[in-house]
Amino acid sequence: MPPLPDLVAGSILVSLIIYALLGGADFGSGVWDLLSRGPRAALQRLLIAHAIGPVWESNHIWLIIAVVVLFSGFPQAFAVLSTALFVPVTLMLAGIVMRGAAFAFHSYRLHDEGGRSRWGTIFAAASLLTPVLLGTIAGAISSGKIRAQEAIAVGASLTWLAPFPLSVGLLTLAVFSHLAAVYLIFETTDPDLREDFRLRALWASVAVAALLILTPILAHAGASDFYGALLGSGWSVGLVFLTASAALGAQVALLLRAFPLARICAAAQAASILAGWGLAQYPFLVRPDLTVVSTASPPATLRLILYSLAAGAVLLFPALFILLRVFKREALFGHPRDPNTV
Amino acid sequence: MTELLLARAQMAMFFAFHIVFAVAGMGMPVLMVIAEGAHLRTGKPVFLELARRWARGTAVLFAVGAVSGTVLSFELGLLWPRFMAFSGGIIGLPFALEGFAFFAEAIFLGIYLYGWGRVPPLAHLLSGVAVALGGVLSGVLVVAANAWMNSPTGFLLLDGKPTAVDPIAAMLNPAWPTEAIHMTLAAFAAAGFAVAGIHAYKLLRDRENLFHRHALAIAIAVGGAASVLQPVSGDFNARFAARNQPAKLAAMEGQWRTERGAPLRIGGLPDAARETTRFAIEIPRGLSLLAFHDPDAEVKGLQAFPRDERPPPAPVHLAFQFMVACGTTLAAVSLVGAWLARKDREGLYRPRFLRAVVACSPLGILAVEAGWAVTELGRQPWVIRGVMRTSDAATPVSGLALPFAFFSALYLALGVAAAWLLRREVAQSPSFPRGDGILRNEGGQE
Repeated sequence: MPPLPDLVAGSILVSLIIYALLGGADFGSGVWDLLSRGPRAALQRLLIAHAIGPVWESNHIWLIIAVVVLFSGFPQAFAVLSTALFVPVTLMLAGIVMRGAAFAFHSYRLHDEGGRSRWGTIFAAASLLTPVLLGTIAGAISSGKIRAQEAIAVGASLTWLAPFPLSVGLLTLAVFSHLAAVYLIFETTDPDLREDFRLRALWASVAVAALLILTPILAHAGASDFYGALLGSGWSVGLVFLTASAALGAQVALLLRAFPLARICAAAQAASILAGWGLAQYPFLVRPDLTVVSTASPPATLRLILYSLAAGAVLLFPALFILLRVFKREALFGHPRDPNTV
Repeated sequence: MTELLLARAQMAMFFAFHIVFAVAGMGMPVLMVIAEGAHLRTGKPVFLELARRWARGTAVLFAVGAVSGTVLSFELGLLWPRFMAFSGGIIGLPFALEGFAFFAEAIFLGIYLYGWGRVPPLAHLLSGVAVALGGVLSGVLVVAANAWMNSPTGFLLLDGKPTAVDPIAAMLNPAWPTEAIHMTLAAFAAAGFAVAGIHAYKLLRDRENLFHRHALAIAIAVGGAASVLQPVSGDFNARFAARNQPAKLAAMEGQWRTERGAPLRIGGLPDAARETTRFAIEIPRGLSLLAFHDPDAEVKGLQAFPRDERPPPAPVHLAFQFMVACGTTLAAVSLVGAWLARKDREGLYRPRFLRAVVACSPLGILAVEAGWAVTELGRQPWVIRGVMRTSDAATPVSGLALPFAFFSALYLALGVAAAWLLRREVAQSPSFPRGDGILRNEGGQE
């Protein structure tokens, strides 16, 4: 069995991957709300609201799980990150608050007003900004520019305002939007709406592909150690192959309207990008000073974190399954839509 | 203001905001589940409408609570990185468990809110029960972390670093049970009375409306029961503080000198310069009796502690007095309500009692805010009592005035917006008129 710190760090990565696949798509849906155009704009927004309404809060909690495991398992790393990345983390929190609260207010009034309210606009704009910040933070963590001693002594750093972290931010935005567009195809039986989101998914997949080429190029100058690990490790060929074939697979499947395959490929692409980020970070949590081992809590704490994660999974996955089963039956399990429900 | 004060003020603002929604998240699901249970038992549509309305309110409040809670979990590190670097490995466990309780709450709230007619009625009710349990459990677990800051256990201090860390012992710290029970009762009292006040207000205009009659009865039953139990829980808390946090107790009570047979002070203003509490009504030996259940017991005064280890007595004393005053009023009104309703519920709907309930509506929330001020300010100057000073925990980041101003404005806007949405909801109250003893409108429509 791998050592305890690695298992706990791995569980953070898994939480982040699930967060990207579920919560990330909710943010991406907000982006498509912002970009809703054409004769079916109102219908698109309504579809988005119905798709994310029942699930966004529980999807959001994967991020909280990741943070809580980070600060219990690797408190030093959490302290350094919070200090050095004070500015983007604060901005991301503002985005999270505005997205969540505005969506709740927006959907509260949706049934009697419909269309776009002021809250809807705030929800959509915050959905665009938050993923960029989330990705920028991830990029800054990898850049090798955050020095632990300096952060504790001096405070906030501006290392995140550099081409590489910002390109990771844009990549995150593109990946979330791509996931959302692909998922939204399954939320409706209206052929026109499906076509709208198919086209959006194709555009987003082009953006993802472009950024998948641009980001490593920027990493070469802006995050050289990370670049070396990402493309010079034993697993690098496999990762690049997996990501590229998932990206290509998603595009081909969208072109052929093979939507279930497109969904699998889109999710695989997002997961492999994040997994690659995690693998290239290892054994560091914050390059270049803080490693998984050097910042880990005592074994007693790590063991309890893993036990509680396991217990939580046993209790919550059935509940989560019920939630998805009730609200995403058509989308996930392919049953015909009940004409009496919206 | 110094950066430290800005950090403290910002954290206080985040907590003061979040706790209102956290309390709603703990209390409201209980109300809606009782209403839905009554609907399943009686089949009356008025209860179904009530459960739906309360659920709609809960949805908005829960969403704001979820995002403001997310902010707090990050702000622990943003504002207090050295506190988190020290204690993350010790007290992270209840936070992790809280994450799952909150997860359960969110999942089942999704099923509850969007599942009307989609899941079988009993399963729907059980989802509501899971929401209520998840809400209470997450509150209780978060309080475990705060209780640990008051009574830190589960580690040994070696060269300023924690060793021999035992997260279970830290979670099961001695302050937890009393604090958790106090907070849970406070949440039920606050939510119950806040809701009861709204429906009492509507009943004053429309006394025969069955919707508001049932709503008031349920809300006042929950809020009243909690309010009557709360003084008992408060007694446990005060006695715990007397033994384990004597400086906090001294500040709460405005007790400067260490003495036997200390008096209980009602009102009064602690004067730090003269080290005395002026203008208070003193009940001889009252404090010794309450704090130790012995009229001659010795109570430690603030003078027993070095000046730089004393909490600020004026705000702690005033907040404590205010909390007790609110709590006592709620308990008294609850007992009157129980007396009025001893034969039948009709007694609850007398205009004078309704007006009293309206007046009491904000007191539970205000008591919660005051109580948090007592426990947080009363722990100062420590962030972890006796282990780490608040000033040593703060972030080195400067310019905190900017995020403070931004989040204050944002939260103000959110609070106003949430209140405005809920106000609309209250304004469009449904009409379930009551016939002459015959429930005309009930049972017919579904």
